[in-house]
Amino acid sequence: MRATAADETQSGALVLLCVASWAIPGAGHLWLGRRNKGLVFLVALPLMFAIGLALRGRIFPFDLADPLVALAALADFGIGLTYFVAAALGYGAGDVRAVTYEYGNAFLIVAGLLNVLVMIDAYDVALGRK
Amino acid sequence: MHSHLFLLVLFALFVSLVFAVIARDDARGQIKLGGLMFAGFIASALVLGWLMYPFPL
Repeated sequence: MRATAADETQSGALVLLCVASWAIPGAGHLWLGRRNKGLVFLVALPLMFAIGLALRGRIFPFDLADPLVALAALADFGIGLTYFVAAALGYGAGDVRAVTYEYGNAFLIVAGLLNVLVMIDAYDVALGRK
Repeated sequence: MHSHLFLLVLFALFVSLVFAVIARDDARGQIKLGGLMFAGFIASALVLGWLMYPFPL
């Protein structure tokens, strides 16, 4: 069965929604008119990521030789544009000697994973499942 | 920001806030679920911390 133009437009909009939701936490919800939810995500998730950086956590590199590091990098990547901005500004080098290093990593990784959940939630809302 | 308890509370606050906002649509439900989740995080961390206290690392 061939997809109609309307189906293709809808799936294109869904992809765009997911990309926007990943890139800017809460953007998907704001797009869908869930203003309060979107604003909470827009403030909470980048703030959580920033606290992780302030705690001297590390933005992990995609090192496939070390699977755990690669998984942590994938989780960090979930925060979207904030990841690239932080890396471009030279943050996220990590200081393993800092007493807060592991806390920082936990904040960075969990902020990324929560943003992935938020993106999936926006997708569900767009499909009318919620 | 070197207090482990403070960082634990801060972490629990963020995670329970985001989960509650994802899971519930009404403000009342969000506050109830978020509060329960936050209390659960803190209580379980304190209980597990004390349970691990006798084990030297």
